[in-house]
Order: sequence, then C-alpha cells, then structure tokens
Amino acid sequence: MRGKPLATIISAGVSKFGRREGVYARELFAEAALSAFHRVEKLDPSKDIKAAFIGQMSEAYEHQAHTAPIAASWAGLFPAPAMRIENACASSGSALRCGIMAIMSGLYDIVLVGGVEKMTNQPTPEVTGILATASDYPFEQWNGMTFPGLFALMATAHMHEYGTTEEQMAAVAVKNHKNGALNPNAHMQKEVSMDEVLKSRLVSWPLKLYDCSLITDGASVVILTKPKLAKKLSDNYVHIIGTGQAQDTFCLHERESLTTVNAAKTAAQEAYKMADVRPKDINVAELHDCFTIAEIIGYEDLGFCRPGQGGKYVESGAPDLNGSMPVNTSGGLKSKGHPVGATGTAQIHELYLQLTDQADRRQVKDAKIGLAHNLGGSGATAVVHVLKGS
Amino acid sequence: MSELRDPTIEEFYKYCSERKLMAVRCIRCRQVMVPPRAICSNCRHSRVEWVELSQRGKLVTYTIVHVSPPQFKHMTPYAVGIVEMPEGVKIPSIIRTSRPEDLKIGMQLEADFSPRPQEGGWPNWPRYFFKETE
Repeated sequence: MRGKPLATIISAGVSKFGRREGVYARELFAEAALSAFHRVEKLDPSKDIKAAFIGQMSEAYEHQAHTAPIAASWAGLFPAPAMRIENACASSGSALRCGIMAIMSGLYDIVLVGGVEKMTNQPTPEVTGILATASDYPFEQWNGMTFPGLFALMATAHMHEYGTTEEQMAAVAVKNHKNGALNPNAHMQKEVSMDEVLKSRLVSWPLKLYDCSLITDGASVVILTKPKLAKKLSDNYVHIIGTGQAQDTFCLHERESLTTVNAAKTAAQEAYKMADVRPKDINVAELHDCFTIAEIIGYEDLGFCRPGQGGKYVESGAPDLNGSMPVNTSGGLKSKGHPVGATGTAQIHELYLQLTDQADRRQVKDAKIGLAHNLGGSGATAVVHVLKGS
Repeated sequence: MSELRDPTIEEFYKYCSERKLMAVRCIRCRQVMVPPRAICSNCRHSRVEWVELSQRGKLVTYTIVHVSPPQFKHMTPYAVGIVEMPEGVKIPSIIRTSRPEDLKIGMQLEADFSPRPQEGGWPNWPRYFFKETE
C-alpha cells in the first residue's frame, strides 16, 4: 500500500473560530458541516453520508454527554450512526483514522469526520481545570500540573539540554500570528511582535500568554470517500496516503526523554512509510502548536530538523509562509485557535485548501504533499497524516 | 522489602500517610514505577513488589505555574517539577520553596508529606511534596 490512497477527502469545512457567544457546540458543528456540504453539490449529505466520527473532548463545558448524535443530527445526518471519539486534543485526528478505517474496511462508501468544542462559556481557571482532566488525576492533577505546566516542563528541559531560548519560542508565535492574520476563519487575526510575546504575562514559566494557544469555540468537518469514487463527486479532492498513530506513557514524568514526544516520532514513521515519503518531500504542514515549544519539538520529531535544532530551525525562516517548509499556514492553534475536539480535522481542512489551491492569501505555491501532526494530552497520543493533492 | 499490599494508587497514598514515599518494582526486570501498577511497563511481567524510595532526589525539570485550576488558587504561583530518585524512577511533584528563582535543574530536593489535602472536595488523602534540602 506504499504511497497509495487510503481514502479521499472530497470536501472540508470549518465554522468561524473565536469567542462564539450565544451558540451551542452542535450549532457550530452544523455551521462547519454546511460549509463542507456547499463544496460538493453532487452530494446529498443526509442520503449519501453513511456514518459520522466526531471528536469532542469534554462534557464539562456544556453539561452534555452523548454528543456525537447531537452534532450529527444538527448537521442533518440521520439515521447514519454517529460515534464520539475522545483522545483529548487529538480527538478529531483520531476520529479521522476511524473514518479512514471505515472506508478501507468497505463498510461505507462515504463518511463524515469532524470535531467540535465550545469552550469560552467557562472562565479561564475552569477551562484550565477542564483541560487538565486530560492529564493524570492522582499524580499530575493532584500535584498542581496544568497543560501549560506540562509543556513548560518540556520547555525548561529543552532549554537546559539544547540551549533553546524564550526568543526562539516567541518566534513560533510571531510566525503563526502572521499567518493567522491572513485566515478569515482564525480566532485572532492579528500579528504580534516579538516584544509583545516576550512581555506578555506569565502563564507557566517559561511559557507566557503568547506562547499558549487560544481558548476558542469552533468546529471542523471533512468528508471522506473511497479513492475511486472521488472524481465522480468532486473536482477538488485530496488523497490521504499515510496515517500513523501511537501512544506513549500517560504521565509525562515516566518518559525517558522530556524533550521529545516519542508517540509523534512513532506515528510519523508509520505515516511516512505508508505514504512512501520523506520529511523533505513535504510542502506544507500543520503542526500541533498548543504551546510554542510543542511546534519546536514537533519539527524535531517529524524529522524537519535534527533533535535539539528546533529553535534554530524556526529562526532560519524555513517554516515561514514563504520558506522552504511552511508550517501552520492556517495560523495554527496559536492564532487560528484551539477548540480542542475540532483541532485535528481543522488541520486537515487547511491542508485540503492548500492542496486544492484554495488557500487564497496563504496559498503555498505548488503544494502537493501535506502533513498534519495532532497531539493528545502531553503526548500520550499522537496522530500524523500525510495528504497528497490530486 | 517486599510487601503484600496491592500495587494500587490508593495504597501509594496510604503509604504517604505513614510518611513513606513508595514505588513498585518489577520482580523480573527490576523496573521501578510511579504510579504503581500490576503490569510492568517495561517487560509486561505481572508481579511487582513495593519498594521504599530515598528521601532525596534530583530536580530534572520545573515550571512556575501562574494560571492554575480553582483548587490551587490559594497557593498560586507555585512551582512544580519532576524529581529523579536514586532508585531510577522519576516523580512529578509540587516543590515548596520561598525562592522559586533559586530553583535549578540538577539540584537536590527532599521529600516531605502533608496531612492536609488541597481544598475543593478532592479525595481526602495525604500528599507528598518536595522541598529544598536543609
């Protein structure tokens, strides 16, 4: 199966990301679904879509469990079965794999995959607590660890081991905000200066406010089909040619190295091998920049640069929009926003636009191969997908 | 110093009430583990024994938390870190210090125990923490 399409994306859509007052998660999901449906006029969604796999992290925001049938039915999909996939911030990346497996098994010809999170109706300390539930309760949460805290532990270790600087981490934020300013669906369409990042208030030293992704409301949807059916349904389709997922020890402290995410390395190797591509073949990538240090470690884990060189890599300009390997053209989690359950398929949405030449002012010229890197928790889950334009 | 208590998280915290910082060790490959568990994370063997850890360990990384969940609001900002014990296991911990600016990777820290749990309705078990050595 090396390099062969596993499943094909015939459409993708997102809701507007941001502070979306007055709407429920299901309504955001319907907004994303509608934007995906509008791209494929030949599709009759309620008749043709046979199953839905939907990522959502927490019941706590809206006091609502059993969320997949709600989201799917607000998108007009019944009686198609709907499944919720929960893997913290990697929920919809994991859901995408379920969708691929559903197509590859031959059970369904067309499925919908997506994700949603409505977060801003809770105050920041509560959101911090809800997000922390994706870490270990009796050992990490009890010891006052938060998500910025866990990634800060990795940042401190990376700074100590490799001399990575706060300026290098800030450079990730500056780059991603520059891209996000060009994305009409991004939460924060605003550039930030290095000085603003460095002077922003501390969240968990050495991470500051502008090192952190945004608490955002949003939803994302992609529609998958069998590779051979794609052409009949859409002129703009993108093949998924590699998928990888792995897990590591649940607690951060149990990992041999605190400066890499081993699950991401394993997932990337699996996806690269399946896709028959090497890191240098990638033209555009969406990385899981929940915190700036996560993007720096991501460069290393994905083989864009050598271990420890991630800080220098961002300084080199390689991951800039006009660089040799544009990373997070959407603005990333940093500027586009991080509605946790929606993030995995929102990354895929951006790659879909890039690989079908629909990314407007963010378009990477001649982009053929794209990669998405989606982490769950402090890296207990990692999902990597490789996509190829048609 | 094998013990007959079950290798569970609850037993770990019961040991804390006896001012003992404990881990489990695989009978076969000697892997030392915190949190405790019945199946070895290294060799998958299913017999482990409790071992008591040293009182001192080395700080391998840390952060100062400024934005915290509601349960920790009363002590914010606070330091948390990962401490490597001589027995070869790492432990996550709050680090009680009046001078967080003096924390350094590689420094020695000392384990201590607090009978009083955090507030906010979390399980009412004793806790371990680390502090600067005297």
